[in-house]
Amino acid sequence: MRNLLRCIVALGAAWAACLCAQTVDVGRIKVVKGQVTVQRAGQALPATPGLQLRAADEVRTGADGAVGITMTDNSTLSAGPNSVLALDRYSFDTTTHQGRFDSSLRQGTLAVISGKIAKQSPESMTVRTPAAILGVRGTEFVVSAGDAPAR
Amino acid sequence: MRRRADPVPPCRRAVGTYGAISLTVLIALTSGCATPPPPPPPAPALVDTIVLLPEKDGRSTAVTVSQGSSQVVLDRPYAAASAGAAGGGVRPAQSSAAEVQARFGAALAAQPPRPTSFVLYFVEGRDTLTEESKAVVDRVFAEIAARPAPDIAVIGHTDSVGNAAANDALSLQRAETIRRELLQRGITPENVQASGRGERELLVPTADNVAEPRNRRVEIIVR
Repeated sequence: MRNLLRCIVALGAAWAACLCAQTVDVGRIKVVKGQVTVQRAGQALPATPGLQLRAADEVRTGADGAVGITMTDNSTLSAGPNSVLALDRYSFDTTTHQGRFDSSLRQGTLAVISGKIAKQSPESMTVRTPAAILGVRGTEFVVSAGDAPAR
Repeated sequence: MRRRADPVPPCRRAVGTYGAISLTVLIALTSGCATPPPPPPPAPALVDTIVLLPEKDGRSTAVTVSQGSSQVVLDRPYAAASAGAAGGGVRPAQSSAAEVQARFGAALAAQPPRPTSFVLYFVEGRDTLTEESKAVVDRVFAEIAARPAPDIAVIGHTDSVGNAAANDALSLQRAETIRRELLQRGITPENVQASGRGERELLVPTADNVAEPRNRRVEIIVR
């Protein structure tokens, strides 16, 4: 009887996890300054604090814009003006902390504090720029993409 | 410097060398002779730069920067690397707090407040809070009120008594108890996620099957 109960609990947990994977957000916009939009499935959504982000979203800031994002693994990303940040891939298992977080800074500036994904498995978090790939072992760094070379 | 010392202007030299150049190009070159011609500008390859920042609590930290087989490891505060779109590998450099502020000030100013963690403790084998921990819930609400667009993760933990699967279930049950309490006190359901870590993250490391009150806990992360 106890085993049967356990089995039911385990099945229920698996079902809940499956359900969550489809609906749960990967992160949220917390800070918005100036013009910020989120490109999702070909549409530009105005970014507001509290907006839930999904994998494959692309966040863009205008010339006066800046944005701050907190992901569900507690990593934070914030971008300065004229930036394009793509959340290419994100998965995070809240029980095991296994996951994968790949993002791309196509242009502009980005400040990152890594979270539980990078802590659990170093280099399971990457940030791409047009010219390089960053493997994140932890934890705080800044990235700029597409600057004119220094003279 | 070398060009100034050269008696033959570079554009004339070019004409001499390539006699077959068309008239249009010749005119363009000759008109360029009025002022010293600018060196042919190679398309400026855009550069990406990465700077490691100092870690606030002194933990070790590192980022690898790769382009093809070229890699630089940044593991000291303000260690930097740059890579150009034209290739040529990753170049190490040293940055500074002032440089970072000048280039990244706007991005850093938009950083969300760091997630804050609270810990509630449970009576052994139950999902009932200890008396002391009930007061902590009030502090959680103060933190929630102080943040922009807060969302909350409720994470249950157990001690190492019992098997791993049972502890996964118990830890989730503890987290769900706290989640329900937060909902009763007015938090929107979509802003609270509950999860259980079982015995994977012991606050006080112990051998297996050790009853340890400090490991029977729920962590509330406000972010």
